[in-house]
Formats: sequence, C-alpha cells, structure tokens
Amino acid sequence: MSILARIKSFFGMEAKPDKNASQEEVEKVAEEKAKPRIGYIHLSGCTGDGMSLTENYDILAPLLTEMVDIVYGQTLVDLWEMPEMDIALVEGSCCLQDEHSLHELKEVREKAGLVVAFGSCAATGCFTRYSRGGQQAQPNHESFVPIADLVKVDLAIPGCPPSPEIIAKTVVAAINGDMDYLQPMMDLAGYTEACGCDLQSKVVNQALCIGCGTCAMACQTRALSMTNGRPELNSDRCVKCGICYVQCPRSWWPAERINQDLGL
Amino acid sequence: MVLGTYKEVVAARSTDKQIQKIAQDGGIVSGLFCYALDEKLIDGAVVAGPTDVMWKPEPMVAMSSDEILAAAGTKYTFSPNVWMLKKAVRQYGLEKVGTVAIPCQSMGIRKMQSYPFGVRFLADKIALMLGIFCMENFPYESLRTFISEKAGVDFDLVEKMDIGKGKFWIQTADQLLSIPLKETHGYEQNGCKICLDYVAELADVSTGSVGTPDGWSTVFVRTDAGETIFKQAVEAGVIETKPMDDVKPGLGLLEKLATDKKTKAMKVIDERKAMGLPVPFKGSAEKEDPLANV
Repeated sequence: MSILARIKSFFGMEAKPDKNASQEEVEKVAEEKAKPRIGYIHLSGCTGDGMSLTENYDILAPLLTEMVDIVYGQTLVDLWEMPEMDIALVEGSCCLQDEHSLHELKEVREKAGLVVAFGSCAATGCFTRYSRGGQQAQPNHESFVPIADLVKVDLAIPGCPPSPEIIAKTVVAAINGDMDYLQPMMDLAGYTEACGCDLQSKVVNQALCIGCGTCAMACQTRALSMTNGRPELNSDRCVKCGICYVQCPRSWWPAERINQDLGL
Repeated sequence: MVLGTYKEVVAARSTDKQIQKIAQDGGIVSGLFCYALDEKLIDGAVVAGPTDVMWKPEPMVAMSSDEILAAAGTKYTFSPNVWMLKKAVRQYGLEKVGTVAIPCQSMGIRKMQSYPFGVRFLADKIALMLGIFCMENFPYESLRTFISEKAGVDFDLVEKMDIGKGKFWIQTADQLLSIPLKETHGYEQNGCKICLDYVAELADVSTGSVGTPDGWSTVFVRTDAGETIFKQAVEAGVIETKPMDDVKPGLGLLEKLATDKKTKAMKVIDERKAMGLPVPFKGSAEKEDPLANV
C-alpha cells in the first residue's frame, strides 16, 4: 500500500471506492504532486502544538520524508532567510511589544501561500490572553493577540494542543486538496475571541443546548462539568482555547463529512 | 430517508429472561452490551447509571453485565454520556468503548470523530454506539413537576416511565397512570425543537419501541461495525428477530413520527433563521432533501 493510502486507512479516511477514477489512480496523482513546502513559525506558545504533531508516531517518518518538505523552522531547519512556502504553520500568539515577532508574522504572510493558525494560542490567544506583563525576562511583554488580529489567516486549527489526529487529517486533506474537509478550519479562522463562557452565551442563551456533554468531554483542562444537563464552567481553569464551543454539535454541523466517514 | 441510512431493520428482543423483565422494551441495548462485554468486543460501556436520587441518572462506565443491567430502562432526563467517554478511556484505560446515545449525543460523538480538534486518542476507541429513538428530552425538574403535580404521584414511588400511544405512562407498584402528551408539551428542553433526528441516524445500531409490539424493539442496523456485532449476537441466540413486515404497527408509524419531528423542527429552524438567531443546520431553502439531518 502506498504511504498516502496507509495514512488514510490509519485515520479511517479511505476514499469510497468506485467513484470515477479508481483509488489507485487517485493515489498516483496524489503521490506525483510536488511535495508541499512547509514552514513552522514559533511565536508565543509552549511548543505543545508542535509536540502533538510529532505524536503521530505511526506516520511521522513517511510524513516528513515523503509527503512534505519542511523548509523553514527555528529548530528544524538551518536557515536564516525565510523562504517562499506553500503552507506556514504558526504556533503561538503574537506579542505586540516584541518587534521581532511582529516582523516575522508579517514576513510569513508575504512568503506563505496559506497561513495556518496552528493551535489555540495562534488561533484564539488561548492562555496568553491572561498575560498582564511584569514577568521575566521581558517585563514589558504584556499584550498577546491571536495572529488573525494582525494578518489574514487562511485556516485555524484550535486545540491546546490540537490532537495528533486532527493534525494528520488536516495534512492529508491539504495534500489532496480536499477543501470540503478544510472548510470548517477556514471558518474557524474568524473565531478569535474564545472562552468557556461561549457555551452559555452562544449555546445555552440561544436555546441550542441539548445537554449531551460533548463540551465537557472535549475540555482539555477539565474546566467544564455538567450540572442539571448544562455545562458549568470553572473559569479559574479555563484557558480560552475555544475547544468546547468548537466541538459542540450545536455550533456547526459537518453532516456530509460525517455520513461519508461512517459510510452512510 | 426520514429513518436515515440503514442496512437492515428488524423487530427484535433479548432472549434473556432477566433482561426481558427489567428492560424498557426489547432489551436490545442491555442485551447487546452484555453480549459485547462477554465476547470482549468492548471493554466497557458508558451508560446512564442510577444515582441516589430517583430518576436522576448520571453517566457511568459499566464494566460488567451486572452494571449494565443496573442501568437498564429509559430515564427521560439528561445523562451527559458523551462527557464520560474521555474518562472511560483515560481513567478506566478502555481501548474499545461502547456507549448508548440519544440522537444529539451521537451527533456530538460523530462530529468529534470526524473533527477531533482537541480530543486526543479517543475517536478510534468508540467500538459500538447504540442509538435510541428520541422525540424530546426533559429537564429533571420538568419531569418531577408533571409527574408529582399533574399525575399526582410521589416521584419516588415510580417504577417505570414510558411514552407510547400518545401518552406519558407512569407505573407504580400498584397503579398505571398516564398523562396525555399534549400536557407534557412545554416541559421539554428547548434545544430539542430544532433536532432533525428521531431514530439516531448516526449510531451503529439504533433501537426503540415504536413500530413493534410490547416487549419488542425496532432495530436499525446502520454501519459495518454495527452489522458485525448485531449479526453475531443474533447467531449466538442472545437476540431473536422477526421481519418488520410481520409486526404491528410496523415501519409506517415510525416514518410518520420521524416525518412529524423533522417537519416541526424545520419550521423552527426557518423561523430562527428569519429572526437572525444561530442554527447549526441548513434552512429549507438551502438543502435538497428538506428533512435531511444537515
């Protein structure tokens, strides 16, 4: 089986057989495509998003060697000058007091075809939203914003960190040009002000909550519990990553993709 | 398509006498989970388990047939089972998880599997999702109010609740009471009013009482995973089946109720859109099949 087919079957993303082209033909085309040039830009984040990417143990080696070219990245590539890139994964929010970050982000926008807010710090600001400055080594670094506040963002992959699975699914979709799968990420690029309290204002207040518990399951910091069938937020634990609202079945509903994934 | 995509639909019941005695209808959920546990097709199942408060369930991870049976029967209020799935994997260490889900819960789980943004190493561990038919759900206080006030029964004395033939039935040790469903309207949670799924269209196997006689359930086998387990259970003699055509009232009633739920929901969806309120689903004008769960 080809690398792409192995990865797809690993994540249950097999193409349904017998559309127009045979599966083999589809894979052949996919494999003959030029490998996308990917850059990894690290702003103000904890490196957890990058670590989550590397947790795709089963596919990491073929992914890095055969499917993509990593062309830029502070600890990954020995290169000072930022090259042209097809996709730039930006981890971390951007500090307004840090000239270097501001410059790098603007340069990324110029050099990359697609700018991806990779992880919640880049997408929503996440826990850096709580920063008030006054800390070492730069006490004046106090204002951290999601990168979409400063440059146009094409895709957002929220998560603190995003799961290894969503990263792999996104990479495969990007390589295949599967824009249907990526559509929710494009929509989420506009979701930059997130909080656990969104469940109250955007779901419960809007008469949409059905008490299923998906938000509390998805919360990565156990800030949510369910009380009398409604989410209850412990705001001391909330990092403003937005995952609870992103996973809620009443925020957006990818019906076609789900039916396709289930073979229905 | 108001009943979703399925490979097979049959009338079925558990052959286990003990399950038959305590089950809501045909004991399909209890029977399949017990069988799947015995055969190690699942390591455990998230179910709506009993608590100290009568009729107020909490999600629990059942690891044995006894625990499955302790949770048998329908509770007409919230049990956020999806919440417990993560615990089942992280704290109980389960590799193959079963879960029972009403349609909205199955939607949360399926969305997580297709788009697991912040959910690590859980999507591929849902081995068996049993869906149950659902018209609407009630907040606990709603349920308590119409049972103790409208039916005049002490909530703690209720042994079984059921919905059927246009009525909400309340069984105590010595009497059977009913409230017309017209009188329970207004007590259901509001979020149900835009729900387009009556028969758990996204479950591996979905089941409910409507369509079959007392003591039996209607069963839709939907996915490959559901088909494999259901067939095995039937072959093992744990579940017995009859063709739907041989039973009354049959699929016609299910189609009618599913169409009613979807038609009402589409009306609310369109009204909400006209008011500018958020809805995750498409309006009538935006989709081909006006009743599809999209």
